[in-house]
Amino acid sequence: MTEVDRRDFLRGAGFATAAAAVPTEASAAIARPPKQISPQAVGMLYDSTLCIGCKACVAACKEANKMPAEVPATLTGWNENTWDSAEDLSGRTLNVIKVYRNGTAEQKDHEINGFAFVKRHCLHCVDPSCVSVCPVGAMQKDAATGIVSYDPDVCIGCRYCVYGCPFGVPQFDFSSALGKIAKCEFCRHLQKDGKIPACCDVCPTGASLFGPVKELEREIERRTAAAPGTPYQFPRGKIGENRPPNAATIPTYVKGVYGEHEAGGTQVRYLAGVPFPKLGLPTVGRQSPASLSEGMQHTIYQWLIAPLVAFVGFAFLARRNLALHHDDDAPPSKEG
Amino acid sequence: MDATCNPDIDFEACLGPNPDEPVYGGLTRRQMLQFCAGIAATMGLSATAGVRMAEAATAPARPPVIWLHGQECTGCTESLLRSYHPTLEAILLDVISLDYHDTLCIGAGKQALDYKHAMMEKNKGKYVLVTEGGTPMKDGGIYCKVGGKTQVELIREAAEGAAAVIAIGSCASWGGIQSADPNPTGAVGTHEVIPGKLVINIPGCPPSPYNFLSTVLYLLTFGRPPELDQQNRPKFAYGRLIHENCERRPHFDAGRFALEFGDEGHRQGFCLYKIGCKGPETYANCPSIGFGDVGFGSWPVGTGHPCFGCVEKETAFRKPLHALSTVKTLTPPTAFPQVDAEKGKGVSVGAAAAVGVVGGLVVGAGAMLLKQMGDGKKSAPDETKERV
Amino acid sequence: MSTAAPLRRSLVTPTTLVLVALVVIAFCFLLQRFLFGLGAVANINPGYPWGIWVVVDVIIGTAFGCGGFAMALLVYIFNRGQYHPLMRPALLSGLFGYTLGGFAVIFDLGRYWQAYNLLLPWHAQLNSVMFEVALCVMAYVVVLWIEFSPAFLERWGFAAIKRVLDRWMFVIVALGVLLPTMHQSSLGSMLLVMEYRLSPLWFTLWLPALFVISALAMGYAVVMFEATVVSKTFSLPSEHALISKMSIVVGWITVAWLVLRFGDLVARNALPLAFIGSISVFLFWVENAMFLAAALVFITPAGRASQRASFLGAVALLAGGSLYRLDAYLIGYQPLNNWSYFPSVPELMVSIGVVALEVLLYLIFIKTLPVLHGDAARR
Repeated sequence: MTEVDRRDFLRGAGFATAAAAVPTEASAAIARPPKQISPQAVGMLYDSTLCIGCKACVAACKEANKMPAEVPATLTGWNENTWDSAEDLSGRTLNVIKVYRNGTAEQKDHEINGFAFVKRHCLHCVDPSCVSVCPVGAMQKDAATGIVSYDPDVCIGCRYCVYGCPFGVPQFDFSSALGKIAKCEFCRHLQKDGKIPACCDVCPTGASLFGPVKELEREIERRTAAAPGTPYQFPRGKIGENRPPNAATIPTYVKGVYGEHEAGGTQVRYLAGVPFPKLGLPTVGRQSPASLSEGMQHTIYQWLIAPLVAFVGFAFLARRNLALHHDDDAPPSKEG
Repeated sequence: MDATCNPDIDFEACLGPNPDEPVYGGLTRRQMLQFCAGIAATMGLSATAGVRMAEAATAPARPPVIWLHGQECTGCTESLLRSYHPTLEAILLDVISLDYHDTLCIGAGKQALDYKHAMMEKNKGKYVLVTEGGTPMKDGGIYCKVGGKTQVELIREAAEGAAAVIAIGSCASWGGIQSADPNPTGAVGTHEVIPGKLVINIPGCPPSPYNFLSTVLYLLTFGRPPELDQQNRPKFAYGRLIHENCERRPHFDAGRFALEFGDEGHRQGFCLYKIGCKGPETYANCPSIGFGDVGFGSWPVGTGHPCFGCVEKETAFRKPLHALSTVKTLTPPTAFPQVDAEKGKGVSVGAAAAVGVVGGLVVGAGAMLLKQMGDGKKSAPDETKERV
Repeated sequence: MSTAAPLRRSLVTPTTLVLVALVVIAFCFLLQRFLFGLGAVANINPGYPWGIWVVVDVIIGTAFGCGGFAMALLVYIFNRGQYHPLMRPALLSGLFGYTLGGFAVIFDLGRYWQAYNLLLPWHAQLNSVMFEVALCVMAYVVVLWIEFSPAFLERWGFAAIKRVLDRWMFVIVALGVLLPTMHQSSLGSMLLVMEYRLSPLWFTLWLPALFVISALAMGYAVVMFEATVVSKTFSLPSEHALISKMSIVVGWITVAWLVLRFGDLVARNALPLAFIGSISVFLFWVENAMFLAAALVFITPAGRASQRASFLGAVALLAGGSLYRLDAYLIGYQPLNNWSYFPSVPELMVSIGVVALEVLLYLIFIKTLPVLHGDAARR
């Protein structure tokens, strides 16, 4: 299955464009209006060109969220739990640094014969699918900060959020009898004490930058507007906070900001020197999938009118027809 | 020396008849052999090479060395003076014949220079030229003169008859601090003064004395320079990133950083990357051999100061001290998951068999039923009609 | 006038013993699942959080349980009383299809001990398709047991209760048609959130309609399949005449499904994707070929007349409908981060065990309760 499916994915380009192009008009008509980002929304900017792959954010995340180290089966031979080396997001890893390699992998942030890092965790969608699909409301989006949070005491473990997330973020811990969903919640427990998310706190270069989405947007604009090679003071930790910046030069960015429009927009944004799909960031259209599924559902079930009408109709017919055939259900004793 | 002696197996056998008699300027043969074996080990050579080095170094005709100073602080010589196994004077006076050294020679003025010329004539084609310090090129090189001659002239003159040229220190290797922007004197490294001639660079500010001594002994022993990198630095000393061998590397991997001098992380000995350590872009063996023979951790990062990349032309005196460095290579243990890595368990034999068996049973049972059915015309429609 | 009666046969046969063994094996693995977690037994992973326990046992399993829904629609809503003899076996299969689907949900739920949250109004999440499906399925299981309860009441002679029930049966019947319409269509709506990951060969705004229509077709196919298998297995008189009359309805439903599916593919300009060589595209054609084969059997008089062809048609419809669901939920979507999935042996054994339990209970019920058509059963 793996081999064949892989070939399938290699044709993913055609697949993805078709998926993005096909349903637009009709689905836009059915979808409910898009949600707007909160003015106080907080977010993160991940600049792949600044990332040096030190994984400090991964280690800090594990520590801040009390997650155990992970060693995949393929690595147990040389690494007996010495280093956390999660291969992907999982029920025990909320944040992971992955690498893109091509050819000789010599130059950083080059698509050909280069390499680049990418950080994966929850993007905190403006209109999150996980919140929309959760049957019991265990996933919630904060109205002000926009943080998508998870409540394990409500969750029933159906994993629809895992299935439905367009970015593959929420994960269920399959290795525990009492497993729960794991996803980045922007370290909201630390934020309560006035701290910032652990990954941004430890990032040495400012590749992960925390702050209000509005300010991050302005920062992105400044970086993309400047010519490559211009000296630039990259803020570290939280934007606007009093930390010494990282003095470096503006790199060559690929066009676009990942997360600006994907699935109705997200509060995490990516800048990179390598095309986003190469970094494993899925190609996602502008319409939020949640708006489509909710639109369809509320069209069919608006005020429960359609089901009620159908029920009355069915009941009327059933009553009439049952009366006609009533003796069909007579007990066998009458005959036998 | 018995040609068949193998110090890897029997060190004592190589010592000869009177191993503990001080013959080499206070050094016994045992000490000399131990020193050379140590040097050989530093370079990744076998103990046999150490014995050969000792033989070369103690040969009756000691190789002559001419040592020139340019724009510099004499720190490299100071550093060499602080090597202890053996002491530099033992090496300089007994192992090599330091015929001329701007700082260390006893004579002065014309006398010294005359002696230098005489020695250069006498040993033409045999002596080793060591240069310490940068060479100013601007305005005809007038910013550094000895005996009325510019440094450029002095080097060209000395290099002509030299068997080998070694540039010690960053100044001689690539210009050093005086070449920093705006470089008012037009300072350059030795190799730019004598283009076309091989100059072995031992950069560092100062360089570790053992990197220099090892190179000299290698030259004497094998008659050729050790393996060099693109900037003509010996690979045994400048082959790997400081970041790769740094004792603070685990802190980097774990995200534990000193954020400013004297803070909690700094006192705990955390990684100095965030306060500007250039270890991730600097190729040198400092973390492996340290400085000053006082034990583990005796090098800048070990003492709590970020590496400033003294051996790298692009880094030292060019990048701000506290600017972040560029991490050059990806090395284990940072085993990064690949973006396109395949994951998940494939089809197991058992699962395929289970699916096959179930499929087979279903098809088999269906076929049995079909066989019983015939063409289906045997069923009696009238019976059913009666029921309705 | 026809009535139902228990089939007087021995409960202990080689078949039932094998089924019991399969059920026991499944329960052993389930014990392991509850002690050590889902990952200890199943191969589900971050890229495939839903495996065969969800897709086969619940999504496909409930479609197999649509016999009761399909027959109730035909008999009580469209007033085709002549098919009433097929009603109770259909209800019985629906009863088990749904009850065991619900059971499968419980052991597949990661945090099953909090499943009651679905019923607490303050946790209700009205935007969630899953919430609607969960409530509808739960309600429908109750409705099915009530619909089927006359079998118990007759067996043990609670005539008074049955009279009350008879008076209100029309409400239950109406619910028994409404609820499956709602949640079978919602099983399709559940995929709408996969807008960017499901192949356009399956992703369409018509998913709810395609799911409910195929569920209906599969419901009739189950009734036809079951009637044939039971009559052949227990050497009972054939119901073929009745089935053959009903099958024209099934044929046109299947045609309608095919027209909707391909019309939509053409309208969306997605059909070219069906000519790329890949395993999912191959399965796309297999599932449609199954539907087409079934349609051809059921709309041609010759096909309907042949018992063998009808049986094969019903099997093709069930296989096609199952494959459609499997493809839409597991094979047609692009898992993120290059995960792959194939069920493990324990995982398969649990699903096989659930089917075995279903067949086992069906056999026990028809042998102890008045389910099968009386004249036949009493022979």
